[in-house]
Amino acid sequence: MLTGQILTGLAGASVLFFIAAGLSLIFGVTKIVNFAHGSFYMLGAYIAYTLTEAFGASGLGFWPSILLSALAVGMIGALAEITVLKPVYKAPPLFQLLVTFGLVLIIEDLTLLVWGPEDRLGQRAPGLSGAVELLGTQIPSYDFFLIAAGPVVLGLVWLLLNKTRWGILVRAATEDREMAAALGIDQRILFTGVFFLGSALAGLGGALQLPKGGADLMMDLTVIAPAFVVVVVGGMGSLTGAYVAAVVIGLANTFGVVLLPQATLVLMFLVMAVVLLLRPHGLFGQPERAERGHTPGAGYPAAGAMEKAIWSVVLIGALLLPLAQDDFILVLATDIAVAALFATSLHFLLGPAGLVSFGHAAYFAIGAYAAALISQQIDGPGMEIALASAPVLAGAAALLFGWFCVRLSGIYFAMLTLAVAQIVWSLCVQWTDLTGGDDGLLGLWPSDWADSRMVYYYLTLALSLAAILLLRRAVHAPFGFALRAGRDAKARAEAIGIDVMHQQWLAFALAGAAAGLAGALFVFSKGSIFPDEAAIPRSVDALVMVLLGGVGHLAGPVLGSAAFTLLHDQLSRFDQWRLLLGIVIILVSTLAPAGLSGLPAMIRAFAMRRRI
Amino acid sequence: MTSPQAANGLTIENISAGYGQALAIRDISLTVAPGQVVALLGRNGAGKSTTLKAVMGMLHLRSGSVSMDGVTVSNRPVHARARTGIGYVPEDRRIFTGLTVSENLEAGRRPADGTDAWTPKKLFDLFPNLAPARDRHAAQLSGGEQQMLALARTLMGNPRMLLLDEPSEGLAPVIVDALAQVVKTLKQEGLGILLCEQNTVFTAKVADRAAIIESGSLQYEGSMSELALDDAVRKRYLAV
Repeated sequence: MLTGQILTGLAGASVLFFIAAGLSLIFGVTKIVNFAHGSFYMLGAYIAYTLTEAFGASGLGFWPSILLSALAVGMIGALAEITVLKPVYKAPPLFQLLVTFGLVLIIEDLTLLVWGPEDRLGQRAPGLSGAVELLGTQIPSYDFFLIAAGPVVLGLVWLLLNKTRWGILVRAATEDREMAAALGIDQRILFTGVFFLGSALAGLGGALQLPKGGADLMMDLTVIAPAFVVVVVGGMGSLTGAYVAAVVIGLANTFGVVLLPQATLVLMFLVMAVVLLLRPHGLFGQPERAERGHTPGAGYPAAGAMEKAIWSVVLIGALLLPLAQDDFILVLATDIAVAALFATSLHFLLGPAGLVSFGHAAYFAIGAYAAALISQQIDGPGMEIALASAPVLAGAAALLFGWFCVRLSGIYFAMLTLAVAQIVWSLCVQWTDLTGGDDGLLGLWPSDWADSRMVYYYLTLALSLAAILLLRRAVHAPFGFALRAGRDAKARAEAIGIDVMHQQWLAFALAGAAAGLAGALFVFSKGSIFPDEAAIPRSVDALVMVLLGGVGHLAGPVLGSAAFTLLHDQLSRFDQWRLLLGIVIILVSTLAPAGLSGLPAMIRAFAMRRRI
Repeated sequence: MTSPQAANGLTIENISAGYGQALAIRDISLTVAPGQVVALLGRNGAGKSTTLKAVMGMLHLRSGSVSMDGVTVSNRPVHARARTGIGYVPEDRRIFTGLTVSENLEAGRRPADGTDAWTPKKLFDLFPNLAPARDRHAAQLSGGEQQMLALARTLMGNPRMLLLDEPSEGLAPVIVDALAQVVKTLKQEGLGILLCEQNTVFTAKVADRAAIIESGSLQYEGSMSELALDDAVRKRYLAV
């Protein structure tokens, strides 16, 4: 039994290694966190499905089909790099991240169009379809093949990186891109090549796991979190690290299934947390080299008379909205008020604190589930108590997880927040006794006095506004100054006595509490809550809102959330709304990196240039 | 302006550049002919390194232009500038510490037009200390060896013009002497060198001309021998 579990875990580790190795290579050279890497893995499985269905009956057709799938995915990756990513290399890292998420959405819808919604089961590998008995357990022969394939691919990629000129240039550029350029190395070609190799590795992973796990449309985002964890535990840019970490995480996953069937991802997270606390750059990683020419972040001056006037008009408009007597408009406006608070809470981390969280949906969901469970337990003032305690509980959770997260910086921080969010998501899905699992929790309506669309809209508006103004106040308080000092010049801030990590920890908790309130308000407006609210796309929605509005301005998240909610409402009427949303995300990131709140400045600059 | 001429070296015309809003250098003009060493002198923070970075394209030019052998390069990306024959050796060396000495040289290799291209063998002759360390990781080298490697790595690109940023900084006097010998050799082979230095002894050994920069502007230009006689200038711009 145990032997079987371990061998299955090792076989899974090989596939995880292929994906993580590609992710790590791409990040090492381009510094891009490629969310679409899971999509390339998914494409590998689907393409291999089509090819092996056509040619895979014999070994002579099967194995070339697998290799061809990997190469095809490599080409798709290179093409995506040339068309979509090249224009954003000069943009801030967050925009590159969003662009890759736009790719996730586009690839998901295209895959659905080409292969249809049903899951696909792959052909067994010819010659490896049997099982071998080992210590009384039947082990599939294919597992042994996968276990062997991991080190073989590791060896081949190692040879490529260490024994070829191309590999030496890749390693040089991984260490210091600018210096590599000063030696005449053309990074554009190098980047495309690395994207080809990295995507091909993901495609190989997808193709090789097809006979075991099949192909489905959830593969892309299911695999990305474990892949991120492996890369982070192994150390960004280290292949050996990725392999060792894949084995460790693969085994942790397996034991997680055995020991904690309610929370299979928890063990993986614990391993990651322990490794990162002991070695903040992973098992084999190097400290991140600070990018040169770091420019300070936004300053957030207090609102001027003009801005105050505009917001007063907006607020009056919001207050008068129920006069329209249109339920649909009120529902949309309530959604916007919730989204505005959620986005503002993330902006507080992203902007003033300079902390890029990939997993802010965790605290939205914790607030939402906390509110739902409390209101179910208490008769009478269930909603009131739920709304009051949700931010406290979400804040407490953020305090707990934040303690780990703020010990890391940059990309490691972002990855850990993502991993935490995946834990929360998996708890929501797997802890069915408490959360109802995929069926969610239903029948959660406001107390009687607030149980009309209009009253609940006013309640949401008032609480969101109060929380947003509180966050805004925090930015302009000494707390906010300390955060910005820590963001722009950590060493100097510490030299004048600011405990930067402590301030960031508090900021993380405050933002978590505000997101928790948004989650609670969300629950009673919808009457239900599902695990999707903790999933990666929800975290990315929040990032899109903040960036759409612009990080450089305190009004940005409010504008961005309104624009995003309206846009989402329009797009979701189409079948291919993911494809459209993906394209919009890519266009906004490429064309208007300062966001909506940056448009006036952009127009001014354009007019100035015209005049000269 | 871009008419291809015979090798006439590096021409910097009225360049200004800076970080964020502020200008760190303004209106700098300099020429470095083949086989000539021009020393860019000045106090810490005067704008010496910034000038080299702006020439190399690591810093966006606000105005002015840079050309190499008659070809305007200031509108090109960093790697294209390197390919026109400008080699850059940064102040903090920036060798690839995860690569071996030989791999560092390979990373810098660019094919040359002529037949007398630099090879690792020739460079190991020029820098004898590097030869026994060729398979060691660059992180294990001493400061002096790292400086030699940084220079050797750039030479592997067969540049016709070198931008050398404080090569003698932090090195033992005996190593500085050896470095001066190397620079003299390179100069005799026809390389033009724009040298940022604080070490006056080293500069006096190798430089033909001197340019003094203060607060981002060029204040003085003349031959090294003129500068040696001009106490007033030296006192005003160089005395610590």
